[in-house]
Amino acid sequence: MSTALFIVQTLNGLQLGVLLFLIAAGLTLVFGVMDFINLAHGVQYMLGAYLAVMFYALTGNFLFALILALGAALLFGLLLEFVIFRHLYGRDHLDHVIATFGIILFLNQGVKFVWGAAPLTLPMPEMFSGSVALMPGLLYPVWRLVIIGSGLAVAILLYVLVTQTRIGMLVRAGATNANMVSALGVDIRRLFMIVFGFGAMLAGFAGVMIAPILSVEPGMGDTILILAFVVIVIGGIGSIRGAFLAALLIGLVDTLGRSFAVDILRLFMAPSPARTVGPAIASMLIYILMALVLYFRPSGLFPAKGR
Amino acid sequence: MAQADITQTGAAASAMPARKPVAGFILPLVIFGCFAAVPLLSAFGAESYLLGLVTRVMIFAIAALALDLLVGYGALVSFGHAAFVGIGAYAVGILASHGFGDVLISLPAALLASALFAWLTGIVCLRTRGVYFIMITLAFGQMAFFTASSLAPYGGDDGLTIHARNTIAGFELLDNERFFYYFSLLCLIATYLLCRALVASRFGRVFRGSKENATRMATLGYQVYRFQLTGYVIAGMMGGLSGFLLANATNFVSPAYMSWQRSGELLIMIILGGAGTLHGAIVGTAAFLLLEEWLSGFTEHWKMIFGPLLVLAVLFVPGGIGGIGSALLRRWRRG
Repeated sequence: MSTALFIVQTLNGLQLGVLLFLIAAGLTLVFGVMDFINLAHGVQYMLGAYLAVMFYALTGNFLFALILALGAALLFGLLLEFVIFRHLYGRDHLDHVIATFGIILFLNQGVKFVWGAAPLTLPMPEMFSGSVALMPGLLYPVWRLVIIGSGLAVAILLYVLVTQTRIGMLVRAGATNANMVSALGVDIRRLFMIVFGFGAMLAGFAGVMIAPILSVEPGMGDTILILAFVVIVIGGIGSIRGAFLAALLIGLVDTLGRSFAVDILRLFMAPSPARTVGPAIASMLIYILMALVLYFRPSGLFPAKGR
Repeated sequence: MAQADITQTGAAASAMPARKPVAGFILPLVIFGCFAAVPLLSAFGAESYLLGLVTRVMIFAIAALALDLLVGYGALVSFGHAAFVGIGAYAVGILASHGFGDVLISLPAALLASALFAWLTGIVCLRTRGVYFIMITLAFGQMAFFTASSLAPYGGDDGLTIHARNTIAGFELLDNERFFYYFSLLCLIATYLLCRALVASRFGRVFRGSKENATRMATLGYQVYRFQLTGYVIAGMMGGLSGFLLANATNFVSPAYMSWQRSGELLIMIILGGAGTLHGAIVGTAAFLLLEEWLSGFTEHWKMIFGPLLVLAVLFVPGGIGGIGSALLRRWRRG
């Protein structure tokens, strides 16, 4: 394994990590504050990508498409909250699972109905479409760097929001003990609506940013949703810091595992079994990691205090 | 508050003598009677289609029953239950590809393999609670899924075709669709009776008690962990039985049997039927699969109808179809 390849894959891992963080942040807050399992968070990511494709077709400008898609994702999140979710708070977790699963079925089919089953593409903004030489002989696509940069920017913004502002204080308090916050006279439902809408927008943002690299297709949110759940469970439910570190960890472990599992196994295995076993182990790596973390620290690496 | 409790207890007590036999005894008989009658009815129409469809319902109902044992009676919400179905199916497929195509070999192998997997993963999973339990069972389910996908000698991602159904002590009995139908029905009834016996037994009372309050059961001197592990292994074996039948029904095994979506569907089936009632698991499975079949007959976009139906069911009928049933019954009693 050459150094250049290692650096490239590390950057790819970081890029997956920040993407996962954008999705997991909303998921973990919704879960932490309202104790609500939202499986439909993944389709909000998918919807962000589709909306961006649609607005790009209308405006022909990536920035406008991004802004319009973010607004639409926010509105859609609030609509979901208003029509369905607010009737389910305090209900059994199983009810959350079934209702949000229903929404997944509907929206996955819905985008097929509206935009067709074929994968769509979103063109990259012209100025970021090239590659940059990080060091001699190492070219890296600019857009992936933009994703990493914007993800880190969002993470810092969130950190400031959560630790320095009044609303952030309420959110942290809500994730620790929602009943107490509510008893102190805070409208926890309105707080939740804000958190939920914001989370939906972040997921949508992740969808828009990744759309130029991946193809936009129905069901694209399902796999990433499971990864995001792995992230919030490893990080500790309700903890933004935990979600951030776990997202980077998962992104790196998954990407590096996939690139180097076969090479590493070859060190102490015959090449041909290594080629068969390697990919399987690589796909399992993050789940093995999750099982280990939960075995030794049943409430995650950085649990929100008081849980 | 106390007032409400008293009236509620009063109403429940007055309804009890009349209601209990209906829910406890007659309803399952009606359900199994319907299953037994299907082959007679289907002689008039598209026989193999109907038999195949209802066989599928019964096979999934076995897996759903097992999951209901965990979720409804033990509050152990497993999100990896499809793994057991897949392991049972792969046991049949792998043995068949090596020339071992007899029930006497493949059924014990399927049960043993799923029991072993349940035991090994249960030891780890049962250390966690609640949402963490959901996630860790999902993790193990995914590991099983990826293991199956990487079994290159047995088809890998593409799955494995089984050339003939299993023989029973050398006789090709399962090839007969009707025989296979009744064989599956027998398995379903056996599973159901076993679940009922388990739930009612001393074991079941400890298991249910640890759902309500694990600490209290531990204080009473029970080793909750052992009871839960036993329950988890039994449920896993029932999942393996379902997989054994599924592999024989379709003559095909594939990693898709173990995908997390499948586990989710199994959960939905039992919630739809009303978790915590065993016949509810069967009704929920039938409702899910038949509705899916019926809606997909209208339009390829049937999920756009099915999804909102699930949402409406959760919003307006908590307790699933079983909930509707008992609500109707109560209203009918009141007159």
